[in-house]
This record gives sequence, structure tokens and C-alpha cells, in this order.
Amino acid sequence: MQLTNRSKVVVKKEMTLMERLYLPAILAGMWITIKHFLRKKATINYPEVKRPIAQVYRGMHVLKRDEKGAERCTACGLCAVACPAEAITMIAEERKAGEENLYREEKYAATYEINMLRCIFCGDCEEACPKEAIFLTDRIVPSEFLRNDFVYGKDKLVESVSQRVDVSVRQTKEVANFKKDNKQQHNINDLKQFFKNALIKH
Amino acid sequence: MESSFIIGKFILAACVFGLSLFVAMYSTYFERKIAAFLQDRLGPNRAGPFGILQPLADGVKMFMKEEITPIVSNKWLFIFGPSLAMLTALMTGAVIPWAPTYVNGDTYFPLQVADINIGVLYLFGVVSIGVYGIMIGGWASNNKYSLMGALRASSQMISYELAMGLSIIALVMMTGTLSVREIASQQIGWHWNVLYQPLACLIFIICAFAETNRAPFDLPECETELVGGYHTEYSSMKLGFYLFAEYINMFISSAVISTLFFGGYNFPLIYNYVTDPFWVSVVGFAVMMSKTLFFIFLFMWVRWTLPRFRYDQLMHLGWKVLIPLSIINIVLTGIGMWLTDKI
Amino acid sequence: MTLYLFYILSFVAILSGLMVVFSKSPVYSVLYLIVTFFAIAAHYVLLNAQFLAAVHIIVYAGAIMVLFLYVIMMLNLNKEVEPHKPIAVKFAAVIAGGILLITLVGAMRSTQSLSKAENVNSQIGLIENLGTVLFRDFLLPFEISSVLFLAAMVGAVMIAKKDKN
Repeated sequence: MQLTNRSKVVVKKEMTLMERLYLPAILAGMWITIKHFLRKKATINYPEVKRPIAQVYRGMHVLKRDEKGAERCTACGLCAVACPAEAITMIAEERKAGEENLYREEKYAATYEINMLRCIFCGDCEEACPKEAIFLTDRIVPSEFLRNDFVYGKDKLVESVSQRVDVSVRQTKEVANFKKDNKQQHNINDLKQFFKNALIKH
Repeated sequence: MESSFIIGKFILAACVFGLSLFVAMYSTYFERKIAAFLQDRLGPNRAGPFGILQPLADGVKMFMKEEITPIVSNKWLFIFGPSLAMLTALMTGAVIPWAPTYVNGDTYFPLQVADINIGVLYLFGVVSIGVYGIMIGGWASNNKYSLMGALRASSQMISYELAMGLSIIALVMMTGTLSVREIASQQIGWHWNVLYQPLACLIFIICAFAETNRAPFDLPECETELVGGYHTEYSSMKLGFYLFAEYINMFISSAVISTLFFGGYNFPLIYNYVTDPFWVSVVGFAVMMSKTLFFIFLFMWVRWTLPRFRYDQLMHLGWKVLIPLSIINIVLTGIGMWLTDKI
Repeated sequence: MTLYLFYILSFVAILSGLMVVFSKSPVYSVLYLIVTFFAIAAHYVLLNAQFLAAVHIIVYAGAIMVLFLYVIMMLNLNKEVEPHKPIAVKFAAVIAGGILLITLVGAMRSTQSLSKAENVNSQIGLIENLGTVLFRDFLLPFEISSVLFLAAMVGAVMIAKKDKN
């Protein structure tokens, strides 16, 4: 049965004398390798030279604070739901009196963990976030010896007050407008439906 | 024999010893560098500028590694194997003329450790006992992969020694001497033996690849089938000795190839311009070394180009191709000498 | 100097020769035999017969003993599997060896007067002289044996070639 016209009949024919000598083939091979000898090398000397990355590179996450230094995250859990790899877990807690300078919203994440071994760096969490709290940055997740060390808690994820992480490339006006756009509300509706179903089940 | 002559010979022997070790040391570096360049990589470039201190780093690493002697191994033979491999590798350099004989008035000093009149046979003798290092080490490890490597090494060596010897016979017929120094000095100017004995030269080079266990004939240590071959159980500097012996063998084989077939220290026209006895020796040594280094490069170049032979292909090539070819070559040489009235 | 070397080499040769017989492991026997060959090759060098020494090393130590070692390693002859020989066999071996020893001693006693000859040509072992003798006085036997060797080699190649059909 012939499926395409590209199929070739394989013939195992006797080798000619020139082919059986092998020397022409060996010389041809050596010519190929010596041509590579002077060619430009593909290596990049990593710590000194870095490969250029895209502006919107998706690397290690950051939990942003607002201008006053209070955490933006309100522990709504939308990021955890949006996460296709189920890498995000959190425990929410209510803000007590006097903690207004620490947490912007009335509810906050007491613990917030991302398992970097599960994370696929798709960026769905920052898209789902209604509070502009989580962003992916161009920082690279460093290697560790233990699996446990890849579970990043708030100590590693929340930016420090003095050293802010710049996310202006990702937190543009267009992105904010896109999130406010009602046409995209179906996403939120889907999530609401999901929560309803979850409640009914329980 | 005056005492200065003997002292000179001692110094020369020490120099050849040091040279072999030095070249072998830097061969490891150039092996990695050339492999990288042929594969569009950069190779080792961290230790020192361009990584030229890499051999030192490797040596220190080898010495610092834990030395493991398997409990089921044969202790003495386990140590004896790598020592013998190193010993035989270093012994071969004794009969190679590294430069033209230094003649200044009455002073006469051949730049060759031992000018014996059976130099070629000495080379063969040392090469043929070189396999014991591998065999003893492989057997003493008490490991099936090591034993397989040792067996492969021995059968490969014996098979290719035969073709190598037969190819040399044609050369010896033509030159009429077994002394390496005389063979080298006969090839003045363009009278390189490779032009008169191209087939013998080709067979000799192929056999040299097999005798040094280099790719494409590196079956005794072929890591895809035998883990590490005969040195599977070796660690630390004992392993280093085996690896080092291979590189010394490569250096000496390159020197032998360039001496026997490519004129040794001879280069056309060069001695018309250089007449001062000291500079004749220096230039001769430089010519010899550049030829040798080219063949070391050839060894590496071939290793990173050709895939490994299968074992039956190896035996096929040795017994059914190279030996008949070299016998034909002997006959052809005889006819040629008869026609040109050299006999 | 030469005399001391002779004694040292003879001692090594005889000691390793004895060790060939007394070692339990066949691999050790072969290795000691190689040492013996080296001592004998050194004797040849002392007699100014370098060609003979080199050929001795190449042929015996370099080829034949490698094959011996190869086979012994392949068979993996250990002490445990070595069959226990009956007393009668051992007795017969001792008698046979003893007779050989007596023959050798007797043969040596009768040649002792010959070795006193003083006008021995010290250059006779060099390759040029050897070649002249072989190709002038012993041309026919030499050629016949070389043809025999060539035939053996061609035979080996032919045996290897046979499996095609």
C-alpha cells in the first residue's frame, strides 16, 4: 500500500571498490570535522556573558507591596485556582487592628507557598490576580540540593520594603486596562461558577 | 667511552623522560581542546588563560582522589598493572633520534638515548610487552568487564602487531638497516620513506592506532559496552597512570611514524641555510617535534571523527585486509628493488 | 661487572623458573615464565647477541606468552577447580623430570671442554653476521622455514575467510 509518493525502496546493493576501500569516506569525514575546527563556537561563557532574554521573560515570582509598603495580596486564592500545575497554596487570615501598615486589604495571606518544582512559569497566576499582587520577574530560580528548598514561602517571595522589584515591564497600563475589560469577565465568571460548585459539593 | 659522554647520555635520558611526560600531560589538554573545537565548543578555559593550567588541575585532582583497591582483587598485580603500562610506554622513547647527531670538530654526540643496531626490533619488543600492563591490570581487578577489556586488548595487539611488523619489513628491505638513526639519516631532503612506501606507511599508521588503543580501535576501554574496560576498577593515580600511558604511547607512536616514514628531523633545503652545529641540532629537534605534534593532532582528529569498530570488523580488518596487503607490499617492494637493480 | 650481571641474571632466571613450577595459580606461572624469558634475553645481550634477544622478547614474551595468558584468563583456572592429581601421576612426573635432568647434566658435562675455546668471535651475534650466515651457509633451510611460516599465516587468514559460504 502506497500512502505517499515520497517512499523509497531500500536496496542493499554491493559496495563498489571505492566504497569498500573506506578511505575516501574517512577522508570526507575528516574534512567535515576540520571545517568545524575554525568555525565560530556556539558556547556562551555563562557567568561573564549572558544570553539575551525576552522583555517579558517569566521567571521567579514576586509578591508586591504597595507604595506604603503594605502587602497587596488579599489571599483570595484565584492564583491557586488558575494555576495549572497546582503549585500555589496559601492560608488566609484576618487583619487585626494596628496591622494596616502591613497589609493593604482586610484579609491577608498568613502563608503563601509556591512549589518551584511544580511551577511551569505560565504566568496564569499574575493574570488571575485582581489585586496586582503577584508578578513573574526575569530573576532565575537558583538550584538547590533538597526538594524542600524549592518550596518558596513568603520570606522568599515578598519583596523587601527597601529593595523593590521592578515589574514596570509587566504592570503596564495596557495590562491594567485588559484586566478591567468586561469582555474578559467570563474568566471571572468561570471562577465564580467553580467556587459555587465547590460549595455545593461540600 | 669518556665520562662526559655518559653524563650527557644520562641528561639526555632524563630530558626524553621529561619530554614524554610533558607532552603527554599537555596532550590531555589538547585532546579536550581539539575535541571541543571539532564540535563547535570552546573546551576547558577556566584554569589559567585559555585553560592552559588544566593538566595541573587534573593531576592534582587525580592525586587527591580516594584510592580504592577492590577487596577481591589481586593486590600486587593490581598495582603492578599500571606500573608496567607506564614503564613500557616510557621505555620506547630510548631509540628515537630526536635531532641530527651533534658534530663539532672532535665532539660527537648523537641526540638519541641508545643507538642500538636493532632499534626497530627494540621498538617492537617494547610495544609487544606493553600489552601485559593492560592484561595484568584487567585480570587482577577481578571484574568481568575488566577481564573482557584485557582479553580484547591482548587479541587486538597480537593481530595488529603482525601487520605492523610485515609493513615494516618492506621498509627495512628498502633501507637495508634496522637502526632507527640510520633510517632517519637516509631520508635527507625529499627522500622521505612515505614517498617510496606509501602502502607500508598507511598500514603502519592504522596499526599504530590499534596498538595505542585509540579510537576507532579503542575496544579494550569502550565505555558503551564495557563500562571502562580494563581500568573499570581503577581510581586515583593508578587510573591516571593508565590514561597517561596511553598518551605517552600516542606521543611515541607519532614520533616513530615521523621518524620511519616522514623524514624524522630532515626537512628539504633547511640544512643548506643552517650550518652552525648547535643550530642544526635545535632546528632538527624543532622539525622532529612539529612532525610529531602533527601526528598527535592526527590521532585526535581521527578519534573525534570516526566511530568505533565492532569487534569482528576489527579482526576482519587486521587479519583479512592489512596482513594480505602488507605481504603484497613486501612482494611489490622486492620486485621494485629487482627492477631498479638494488639487489 | 659482566660477571656480576651474569650471576644476578642467572639467579633471577633459575628462581623464576622454579617459581613457574611451584606457583599454584597458572596465571602466576605464566608471569614467572615471562620473567624467565626476560632474564634469558638479558643473557643474550650479555653475549652481544642483540638480535636474538629482541626476537626472543618479541616472539616468546610478546606473542606466545600473551596467547598463553589469554587462554588461561579465559579458562579462569582457579586453585579450587584444579583437579587433585593421584600419587602415581606425581611419582611418574618426578621420574620423568629426573631423567630429563640427568640427561641435561650429562650433556653439559660432555660439552664442558668445548666452552674453553678462546678465539670466539664476539661479533657473531650481531645482525649483519647472522644474516650473512643464514643467507649463505643455511639458505635452503632458512627459506624452507620462512615459506612454512608464510603458509601458516596464509592458512590462518584462509580459516578466517572460510565462514562466508
